[in-house]
Amino acid sequence: MTIVEFGASPPAVEVQGLGHQYGERWALVGVTFTVARGEIFGLLGPNGGGKTTLFKILATLMRATNGLGRIFGSSLDSEAAAIRRHLGVVFQHPSVDPKLTVLENVEHHGHLYGWRGPALRGRALSLLKRFGLDDRIRDRVETLSGGLRRRVELAKAILPRPALLLLDEPSTGLDPGARRQFTGYLETLRQEEGVTVLLTTHILEEAERCDRVGILDRGTLVALDTPEALKARVGGDVVVIHAADPDGLRAKVAEKFGHEPRIVDGSLRVECARGHEFAREVMEAFSDSVSAVTFGKPTLEDVFISLTGRRLWDEQRER
Amino acid sequence: MRRIVLPVLTLWWREMLRFCRQRSRLAGALAQPLVFWILLGGGFSASFRPPGAPGGMGYAEYFYPGIIAMVILFTAIFSTIAVVEDRREGFLQGVLVAPIGRPTIILGQSLGGTTLALLEGLLFLALAPLVGITLTGGAFVRVGAVAFLVAFGLVNLGLVIAWRLDSTQGFHAIMNLILLPMWFLSGAFFPATGVPVWLEWAMRLNPLTYGVAALRHSLYWESPGGAGPIPPFTLSILVTLGFAVVTFAGATWAASRKAI
Repeated sequence: MTIVEFGASPPAVEVQGLGHQYGERWALVGVTFTVARGEIFGLLGPNGGGKTTLFKILATLMRATNGLGRIFGSSLDSEAAAIRRHLGVVFQHPSVDPKLTVLENVEHHGHLYGWRGPALRGRALSLLKRFGLDDRIRDRVETLSGGLRRRVELAKAILPRPALLLLDEPSTGLDPGARRQFTGYLETLRQEEGVTVLLTTHILEEAERCDRVGILDRGTLVALDTPEALKARVGGDVVVIHAADPDGLRAKVAEKFGHEPRIVDGSLRVECARGHEFAREVMEAFSDSVSAVTFGKPTLEDVFISLTGRRLWDEQRER
Repeated sequence: MRRIVLPVLTLWWREMLRFCRQRSRLAGALAQPLVFWILLGGGFSASFRPPGAPGGMGYAEYFYPGIIAMVILFTAIFSTIAVVEDRREGFLQGVLVAPIGRPTIILGQSLGGTTLALLEGLLFLALAPLVGITLTGGAFVRVGAVAFLVAFGLVNLGLVIAWRLDSTQGFHAIMNLILLPMWFLSGAFFPATGVPVWLEWAMRLNPLTYGVAALRHSLYWESPGGAGPIPPFTLSILVTLGFAVVTFAGATWAASRKAI
C-alpha cells in the first residue's frame, strides 16, 4: 500500500456522520470514513445499499441531508465549485457521446476544464495511447465495444489531471478480462499521476484489489479495513454444506459439533479453523442428509455474509 | 473569460456535430411543418380568407410566417428533448461535475439549439417566393435576426422543461398540452380578429404571438400594413426579447436545482 501523506495537508476524502434521505426513506445513515491521498479505496455493497447515493454526494451532484463531507479540505456543502476543479468522475451510465469520435469526446471534456490547443491535444493523445486506443481515435464511440468505451470514459475523466478520481461501478458490464485490465489502468494512474481513487462496486475481485474497502449495507458502513484484515475477521475457513433439509441438519450439526451454522441461501455455513477436517467429519457423520460440502478461504463475500447474514447478490435478484 | 467562452463554444460545437451526424433530425424538423403548410395551406386557401388581412393575401401566404415559427419550435423541441436523457445517462453528466457555472452550460446548450433552429428556419425562408413574398437581402437579414431571438426564447423554454423532467414521455405530454397550443394561439394559424374574447385574451397573453408578429413585420418591412392587424413591431420585439431573457433565467434556475 502506498499512501502518501503530505504533512498536515487534509485527506482526499473526509466524511463524518453523513446521512441522506429520499422522502421517508434513509438511503445513508451516519457514514464516517477517511480516504488518504494516493489511496485506492473501494465501497463494496449490494445494489440499493447506498453506494450510488454516496457517490453522487461526493461528486457534488447532490447535497447530503445531514453530516459533514470534505474533499481536500473543501466542504461539499459550500465549496462545490472549488472541489470540482480537483475531481474526475466516471459514471455508471456512459457519459461519452456515441455520436462523437473518441478524440472529440476527450477534447470536448478538456475544453470544459479550460484545456485547449497543443497542450490538450498532446495530453489527449498520450492518454489514449496509454489505454490502447490510439488506433481508434477517429472512430465514433458508437462503434466501440463496451470495454473500449469504458477506457474512453477513463481517459476523459483523467484528462484534466484530477487529484481525486471517483468511479461508480466502473466495471459493470465488462467481462473478467476487461475488468482486470481496467483495474490495472487505475493502478498505473495512481503510480504515474498520484491520483487518489474512490470506487463503488459490487464485484468482489474489484474490491479485492483496493487498498481498503468499506462495506456499505442498507445505508450504513458495516466494516472498513484492508481486504486481508476483513477476511481475517471471518476466522479460518468457510465451510458450506448443501442438504435437502437444511434446518434439520443445522440442529444436528449444532448438537454434535457445537458450531452454530447460519442458513444462507438454503445452505449451511460454518466459519471455523481447519475447515477441511470439519468438512470431512460432517460428511462422515451425516452422509445420508448431506448432498455436498465445499470449503475455502474466506472471500469478501464471506465477510459480507458474516456481517449481514445475506449474500451480496441476493439483493440484486430481489430488486 | 476562458472559463466561460471555451465551455460555451465546446457545448455549442457538440450540438452542431451531433446534428450533422443525425440526418433524420434535419428532415424531422422540416418535414412536418412542410406537410402542414401544403395540406392546411392548400386545404384552407379555397374556403378561408384570413379576416383583416390585406386584400389579395391567400391563406398559404398568411400561414407562411407561422410555419417558420413552427419550424423553429420543432427544432427547439427536438434539440432540447435530448437533454432529458443526456443529463441522466449521457454526456451532460460529465458537464455537470466540471468546474463551470450553470449559466455557462445553459448558454452553450441554448446557443446550439438556437443555431440549429435558425438554420432550419432560414432554409424554409428560401420558399418565400412560392407564396409571392419577394425576398430581398435586407429582409433575409431582418427575418434572420428576429428568428434568432424567437428561437433563443423557445429553445430556453424547452430547456426549462427538459431540466425539470425526468422522462421524455413527460416532455411529449408538455409538448401537446403547452407548446403546440402556444403555437396554435400565436396568430400563426388564424388571426386574432373576430375570435371569441377569451381566445383573444389567450392570444394576447401568449408570448409567441409577439414572436410571430415580429416575423410578419420583418417579412413585410417594405410594405407597412401588408402584415395585417397584429401587435406593432417595437412591442413585438420587446416582448420577444423579454421572453428570451426570462426563459434563459428559468433554464439556469432549473439546471441549478437539479444539481448544486
